[in-house]
Amino acid sequence: MSHAVIIKKAVKKYGDFTALNGVDLDIKPGEFFTLLGPSGCGKTTLLRMIAGFNTVDGGEIYFDEKLINRVEAHKRDIGMVFQNYAIFPHLTVAENVAYGLKAKKVPGSEIGKRVEEALDLVQIGKLKGRKPNELSGGQQQRVALARAFVIEPSVLLMDEPLSNLDAKLRVQMRTVIKKLQRRLGITTIYVTHDQEEALAISDRIAVMKEGNIMQVGSPEEIYKHPENTFVAGFIGVSNFVDCDIRTMGPADASAPSQTVSNPAGPSARTDNTRGAASVPAQALVKGTYAIPARLGASYNGKGIISARPEQLFFSEKEGIPGRIVISTFLGDFIEYEIELDDGQTLQLNEYTKDVHTVRPDGERVLVNFNTEAVSIYNADTLEVISC
Amino acid sequence: MLKNRKLDFWFWVKVLVVIFMLAFLIYPFCTLITRSFFSAKTEGVTLANYIRFFTKKYYYSALGRSLQVSFFATCTTLIVGVPMAYMMSRYNIWGKKFIHIFIIMSLMSPPFIGAYSWIMLFGRAGLVTRFFADYLGIMLPSIYGKIGIILVFTFKLFPYVYLYTSGAMGSIDSSLEEAAENLGSSKLRRLFTVTIPVIIPSILAGAIMVFMTSLADFGTPMLIGEGYMVLPVLVYNEYMSEIGGNAHLASALSVIVVLCSTTVLLIQKFYVSRKNYVMTAMRPPKEVELRGWQRAAATLPVCLVTFIGILPQIVVLVSSFVKCDFTGFQRGFSLGSYATIFNRLATNIRNTFVFSTIAIVFIVLIGILISYIVVRQKGWFAQVMDLLIMFPFVIPGAVLGISLIVAFNKEPLILTGTAAIMIIAYVVRKLPYTVRSGSAFLQQMDPSVEEASINLGVSPMKTFFKVTARLMAPGVLSGAILSWITCINELSSSVMLYGGKTSTISVAIYTEVVRNSYGTAAALASILTVSTVVSLLIFLKISKGKVSIV
Repeated sequence: MSHAVIIKKAVKKYGDFTALNGVDLDIKPGEFFTLLGPSGCGKTTLLRMIAGFNTVDGGEIYFDEKLINRVEAHKRDIGMVFQNYAIFPHLTVAENVAYGLKAKKVPGSEIGKRVEEALDLVQIGKLKGRKPNELSGGQQQRVALARAFVIEPSVLLMDEPLSNLDAKLRVQMRTVIKKLQRRLGITTIYVTHDQEEALAISDRIAVMKEGNIMQVGSPEEIYKHPENTFVAGFIGVSNFVDCDIRTMGPADASAPSQTVSNPAGPSARTDNTRGAASVPAQALVKGTYAIPARLGASYNGKGIISARPEQLFFSEKEGIPGRIVISTFLGDFIEYEIELDDGQTLQLNEYTKDVHTVRPDGERVLVNFNTEAVSIYNADTLEVISC
Repeated sequence: MLKNRKLDFWFWVKVLVVIFMLAFLIYPFCTLITRSFFSAKTEGVTLANYIRFFTKKYYYSALGRSLQVSFFATCTTLIVGVPMAYMMSRYNIWGKKFIHIFIIMSLMSPPFIGAYSWIMLFGRAGLVTRFFADYLGIMLPSIYGKIGIILVFTFKLFPYVYLYTSGAMGSIDSSLEEAAENLGSSKLRRLFTVTIPVIIPSILAGAIMVFMTSLADFGTPMLIGEGYMVLPVLVYNEYMSEIGGNAHLASALSVIVVLCSTTVLLIQKFYVSRKNYVMTAMRPPKEVELRGWQRAAATLPVCLVTFIGILPQIVVLVSSFVKCDFTGFQRGFSLGSYATIFNRLATNIRNTFVFSTIAIVFIVLIGILISYIVVRQKGWFAQVMDLLIMFPFVIPGAVLGISLIVAFNKEPLILTGTAAIMIIAYVVRKLPYTVRSGSAFLQQMDPSVEEASINLGVSPMKTFFKVTARLMAPGVLSGAILSWITCINELSSSVMLYGGKTSTISVAIYTEVVRNSYGTAAALASILTVSTVVSLLIFLKISKGKVSIV
């Protein structure tokens, strides 16, 4: 049984500091949902509010139709995996996993069976008699997982569960968690500050900043169509270049313009339909080089172009002039650091399979954009204006 | 929501803790303060007691003496303790482990036994004094008075400095000194520019413990001071001469003592403890491997100091088996002293252990709850608790005794002369040891372990008993043993509170020494010493070095 988690205008305050500023989220049953953001963005605060360890200072949290604001933490029927695992050091592996079942008064014979199933599922059936101090980090992580899902909770919460593991184990465990979640179908809310981990593991991601939600979407949407410069800069690497935008013609009749602005603020911008190109425009980059663009609505003024390193390329004919500062050969691709003539630095990646030589440091180059794949932002609101 | 939360399990625990503190700490001290503003001679509120204190040399000089003795004792313990710590942590001293345990033993032994042993050796009829006088014709200088008090304090309290300092020295990462060396510092320069500055806060913390303890000690100046009147002794004398009266002047004196101790405690809490450089050594400093005569030369002074430190216990143990009669010690050995005490003073022995056991039960129960509140329930309540609970740690037992007497010597609750008041005194006074080690243990425990339990459907109260209390047990138990050791050795509050049927071993030792019955006193002291040593060994076994003594 999986449940929806609905959060309406959730607020958390610590004295004068607003940790969570009216957050709305609609997490679907069985979904793997990630709260992603830098430290201090309020993601753990929100998770602990759902768990019942932080009070809710404003707004409502529902499991399906049931309001849980006032339900005590131990009556919420939630499984939680903690950052440092929080394994009971005085109990064996099996006793740890059985702990929640005993609290639920599950009959003894069934406890044994379910503990064994859970341990087998995370592949540590052989370790059930061990004490936690005899386990490695990865093994403790598996115990924590088994302990959380064995009680068949309505919601599973994970607070940076992989951050204490080494890089290799982290990747391995992230697959274990993803497979397990698919198999059990429990609604899962996952907190992390690692954008790569979030992209790899989630069905949907909410990117958070200073207590607000900046964007909600699938990993692909978030990576390819960041709705504001914060998301563009936080997820992956983005080059930001100033430009002047000029609308070149009337809106397409076939596809009416999509107004991006929304009175509820950025957190409500969850269903922004894409792909309906509308207003043709031109972006003049650094006053020298113009590229075509398509905007959601007509706009004239300052803008910011954002492009991933792989969406920049060297051109022989036209582009922004600059100089290669340093090139780094990384196997799959070559990473170039380019200094433009006005002093700004860009990062450009070339795939090894597409080119034959590494360009020498110091070479003068012209940098061009793959115009299909760049995003353009309003320089004042930092919100996306391109389609 | 808020209403709901506030009436949970911890709310009721807090209510109980507050009632306990109000009844046995705050109320008695308020009574004491009120009492100090009244006098038997005049009507109404008066400053007469305080005026008397600050105008009569007999009284105010006691304050000066107390501060003087404590100051000198602090200096001498630093002179002895810091080099000891340096030698022990940096050189391969022979028998290091045993020396360390012996040093702890000399700290934990009852303070007045030190005074008493020094009297047996160097007193007027002391063993060494007589030897020098009879065989060498040399009259040794008198051990009584200020010199004696400082001497006893030095060898009894240097372990505080030693333990704090060596703890800090062990936590300096060796890379720090290597960095200094690498930057071109000589060995000696390194010691004075890096090592010592880094451990200074810890040395200061140790020095403050020495200062507070010597300021509050009653037994040592009472036995070896012989008329060298320090504040705790003055409080006792005034109280005893005022008996039947209303202990007004004694109350005023107590207030003054409390003010002194509180000042020192606050300096410790808000200044010294904040300057501590917290370090965890990835690589603890290496020992210097000395060879042959160099190693012997390093070991000898360390052993000598340690030996002087535990000399009182040895003297007590040996002399308890020496034959003696009413004129004093005779030649030959016997179990006579033990026979006497088991006949005449069996009640005292029983009282000591019964009272202490009952006190420990309460100390563990209250201590475990208070530790939890102090560490986990942040906010002003926890902070006030933290400070209040350390308060009885620094005030002299005699003062605590008087405060309990003035509070509970009238209707509706008359407790004076009962076992209950002794046990209350022990619980209040020895609780800090358990709270400190319990909370230190809890601090290292991640709160998410408790949250995991709640999250799995176990209520906060059940979680506390099933998880938290279980995990705190080693810390609380170790602290409880320290509380126990200090309970059985408690003299200063016992001597104020005991009645005909509630006298304890330490009280009996005191009265026996005053009566010059050195044999029985030695036998009683041996019982305490052996109990202390055994408890201490159990402590070291349980705590596995995770709980610090100081």
